[in-house]
Amino acid sequence: MIPNFLRVEKYTDSYMEKLHIEREAVSENGNSLFLKHKPHLSVRNLNVHLTANHILKNVNLDIPDKAITCIIGPSGCGKTTLLKTFNRLLQNSPDVKIDGEVLVDGENVHDRNANIEDIRKKMGLLSQRPCPLPMSIFDNIAYGPRIHGIRRKSTLKIIVEKYLTEVGLWDEVKDRLKSPATSLSIGQQQRLCLARGLAVKPEILLGDEATSALDPISSKKIEELFLKLKDQYSIVLVTHTLRQAKRIADYVIFMYLGEVIEAGSASEVLNNPQQKLTQEYLGGNFS
Amino acid sequence: MRHRGIKKTEEGIFKGLMILATLTIVISLFMIVVAIVKRGLPAMSWDMVSKIPSGGFYLGKEGGLLNAIVGSVYIVVGSVTLGLCFSLPIVLYLNLYLSEKSQLAQITRLSFDVLFGIPSIVYGAFGFTLMVYLGLRSSLLAGILTVAILIIPILIRSIDEVMRRVPKEMKDAALSLGATKSEIIKPMLKQVVPGIITAVLLSVGRGIGDAASVLFTAGYTDSIPTSLSQPVATLPLAIFFQLSSPIAEVQDRAYAAALILTFIVLLLSISARIFSRKFSKNKI
Repeated sequence: MIPNFLRVEKYTDSYMEKLHIEREAVSENGNSLFLKHKPHLSVRNLNVHLTANHILKNVNLDIPDKAITCIIGPSGCGKTTLLKTFNRLLQNSPDVKIDGEVLVDGENVHDRNANIEDIRKKMGLLSQRPCPLPMSIFDNIAYGPRIHGIRRKSTLKIIVEKYLTEVGLWDEVKDRLKSPATSLSIGQQQRLCLARGLAVKPEILLGDEATSALDPISSKKIEELFLKLKDQYSIVLVTHTLRQAKRIADYVIFMYLGEVIEAGSASEVLNNPQQKLTQEYLGGNFS
Repeated sequence: MRHRGIKKTEEGIFKGLMILATLTIVISLFMIVVAIVKRGLPAMSWDMVSKIPSGGFYLGKEGGLLNAIVGSVYIVVGSVTLGLCFSLPIVLYLNLYLSEKSQLAQITRLSFDVLFGIPSIVYGAFGFTLMVYLGLRSSLLAGILTVAILIIPILIRSIDEVMRRVPKEMKDAALSLGATKSEIIKPMLKQVVPGIITAVLLSVGRGIGDAASVLFTAGYTDSIPTSLSQPVATLPLAIFFQLSSPIAEVQDRAYAAALILTFIVLLLSISARIFSRKFSKNKI
């Protein structure tokens, strides 16, 4: 038996280089992987440097429309960083250098002239731990519509009810909309955050390990919501749990050390991985 | 077994030291309060808080300290309001628009640390210079300006401390809904309300009790000012002037003034705590 940490050592630079060439050959007829769904979000030659570290290395991806795409890979492989480049949250950190393009509906997110608020509005973000705003349940949902100019109370009420119902929270909270959002359980808070994101009418939902802080029942509810919502939204989930990817993913992207190793439909990548690294990861030889 | 014994003794020694430190401070503070109450209470009367000094008050005759009470409240309310008008934008700029490592942010924080430690008499002298330069006489306005400059570093450093601890995820959550930086000010302020209240309390405590900064700038008068350009009496100066009197009765009145000052600060602290609880119920 070779200990896990030694196994990883086997992937030398030359091996990675070889992988690269093979991947390029695959991506020649690139979008064949995503025949069923047209791409909604495309990443082209994306490189991210944080101080001296090369975090994302020449990433090329297509995120299919109206489907669930799971990004899997070991800790520190750049999954979250990749997700943050989608809605430009990464630029809030100093010392970050981003090259390449992230295209949404043909518009480059990282273009200097792009309207950052409009881009972010298109993408709802669900973070690892639920992060309600320091306001009441009602105001949490109404915050987004309010900043986008909806002021009328009756309209806001309709919006709040609609999205709380959508995430299955309305019946639980309809009698205490004025209570602080923090009075909810952590699972309810995450659904509240999802409803808050939906209330600004995004096209894409980004989940950064959105269920990892939740209990199994709450996670299951969130997963069910994703399955329900995928007809209307393109959903991108970073996940640590392979089982979750198996349960809900339509497409899977496997990343390792800042590179995309393999991408394709869930059945292809999870059941019949082509790359050795993917096989090893799925086999549980490193994590 | 021996090892466990040592650990237990160690634990005991440290606990003892902590209790000793706490007791020393609590007892000395208690003694100050006792001294104030003991000498001040006999001199206290309804007149003391409801009347302004009449002729011969400082020689032990009739009158009260209403002029100084009102003056102190005017000064502290004015300067805290003015202080917040400057501190909040500065803190928000530091936290929203500048990165932690930005040179401007570092220099700003360092300078406020230094200003924090400057003795108030220096602010008093600075206020006086400013006053002369602007052609003001000692007045309520000059007093408010000087005390505001004195407390701004306190406000900024303490609000900044809590603002820096606002979770990054919360900012990201608001930003990802399409909020601009100025639109996330509201949730950020809601999150730091208790911190702002603490900061205001600290600065009220410092501002209301400080004699040196108002000595040259606010002046002293026996009447209650009706405009910003009139001089104004303050409790710390009332204490100072009466303590320097040779008449025992007047000295006791100084203690009464100290008692009133302590009571005002206590009242403010309690109400601030109640407010803080009310406004921080939404804090995450």
